[in-house]
Amino acid sequence: MAASPQAAVALPRARLSGGAGLAVGVSTAYLSVVVLLPLAALVWATHAHGSWQAVTSKQSIAALKLTLLASFAVAVVQAIAGTAVAWTLVRDSFPGQGAVNAVIDFPFALPTIVTSVTLLALYGPRSPVGIDAAFTRWAIVLALLFVTLPFVVRTVQPVLIELDQEMEEAAASLGASSLTTFRRVVLPNLLPAVLSGVALAFARAVGEFGSVVLVSGNLPFKTEVASVYIFGRIESGDAAGAAAVSVVLLAISFAVLLGIGAFRRRVTRHDV
Amino acid sequence: MSRLALRFASLGYLAVLLLAPVGFVFYRAFEHGFWPAWHAVTAPDALHALKLTLVVALIAVVANTIFGILCALAIVRYRPPGFGIVNALVDLPLALSPVVVGLSLLLLYGRGGWLAGHNILFATPGIVLATIFVSLPFVVREVVPVLREVGTDQEQAASTLGASGMQTFLRVTWPAIRWAVAYGVVLTTARALGEFGAVRVVSGNIAGRTETLTLYVQNQYEEFNAAGAYAASVVLALIAVATLLLMSRLRPKEETR
Repeated sequence: MAASPQAAVALPRARLSGGAGLAVGVSTAYLSVVVLLPLAALVWATHAHGSWQAVTSKQSIAALKLTLLASFAVAVVQAIAGTAVAWTLVRDSFPGQGAVNAVIDFPFALPTIVTSVTLLALYGPRSPVGIDAAFTRWAIVLALLFVTLPFVVRTVQPVLIELDQEMEEAAASLGASSLTTFRRVVLPNLLPAVLSGVALAFARAVGEFGSVVLVSGNLPFKTEVASVYIFGRIESGDAAGAAAVSVVLLAISFAVLLGIGAFRRRVTRHDV
Repeated sequence: MSRLALRFASLGYLAVLLLAPVGFVFYRAFEHGFWPAWHAVTAPDALHALKLTLVVALIAVVANTIFGILCALAIVRYRPPGFGIVNALVDLPLALSPVVVGLSLLLLYGRGGWLAGHNILFATPGIVLATIFVSLPFVVREVVPVLREVGTDQEQAASTLGASGMQTFLRVTWPAIRWAVAYGVVLTTARALGEFGAVRVVSGNIAGRTETLTLYVQNQYEEFNAAGAYAASVVLALIAVATLLLMSRLRPKEETR
């Protein structure tokens, strides 16, 4: 048995997984200290008496409602606009396309508080174009559109590059209009990418803080989003209440991530 | 015709949402010439904020690069049961509100917390921990697909030929993943330099002590010193532009490698 060829192959594998075992140990410890322990403390803090009352207060429910509604609206706009931008970047060609392509990642690289200041400079009280959206729900939507711009574009773009144009040509030669071709041939291929981009954009929008905090004015019941409400609770010393609302956001984030993971596994049939 | 319409709609969307506001902030920052802007960003508090931001980002980037590579190896090369959860944990900082991150650290290290009393909150260590949390995913997410794609054939060949685990990593694995690591480092740096919400909660926001550059922007803006806020914003925006240039330089190499 020991002299069989399988044993000769099994030896290096065992050595490899020894090194990988160390990697597992160290990375589990790292993730535990950096991510898991703080989150456990967060969940634990909701044990405090009256913590959950913060979630069901009128102000909190209004904030959560506004957050979900604005994030949903932003996700829908981004599904359409993001797909259109990705299409323009892949299928169209014009001078300066490379620069436009690079600019898509700018909202990711720009600090969120700078996004706030930036949007207020042009669309705020001293607007040179006469649009003052400051302290309105429009400002929230604008800020969320800015920060979530890359998600749909960057998930749809690679799929569009890989997509075989012969299918579209076949559809067209069989007499399909360009709209029908898009609806029946292109869209079904793009849909998984669009949906996972939309889900990421939605999750990002639900938790967004920096880009919203200056532009929204944070008026309770009107322009106060969930993360700003949590921040207000922290500042006024109600950490337990803040923790309860935070756990709601944490659950939404986790659900979206697990949903995307499960969806991708089903579509691509290999683990991500 | 419809192609042109789509082109103008897409580019118009980008212009209204992105280019016009960013361009206008640059205009506002230099409205009264170069020197007022220069004096605003070289004020003592601004310089201290810049220095703190750079130190914190450096620590976070080094930690998340080393441990990020280890996490990626663990996820791809050796998957104990339940590692799907680890995958989700690594991605979580991308989807979680930074305020929630800050609050979690506040509850862990603050008064009555499990790890209270180590002078972590309202000081540099707290800012570092918050920054590490939010910038954790990037190296891992860039390295994982590359590791998966190169497979284990070469690594196995190397160890069959008698290479130690470390030799195999340095000679075989590292050359395969280094561009992915570089790309991940750029993303991590951008995120670390720009973090606001989590740092706002744990830092105490003390000017000249625990004020990072993003906090400085907010404080200047709220104190109606718009010139200072615009000038610091331009510094951060220029860093973002540099990040973009690095990203677009590194990406083709990563793809054609």
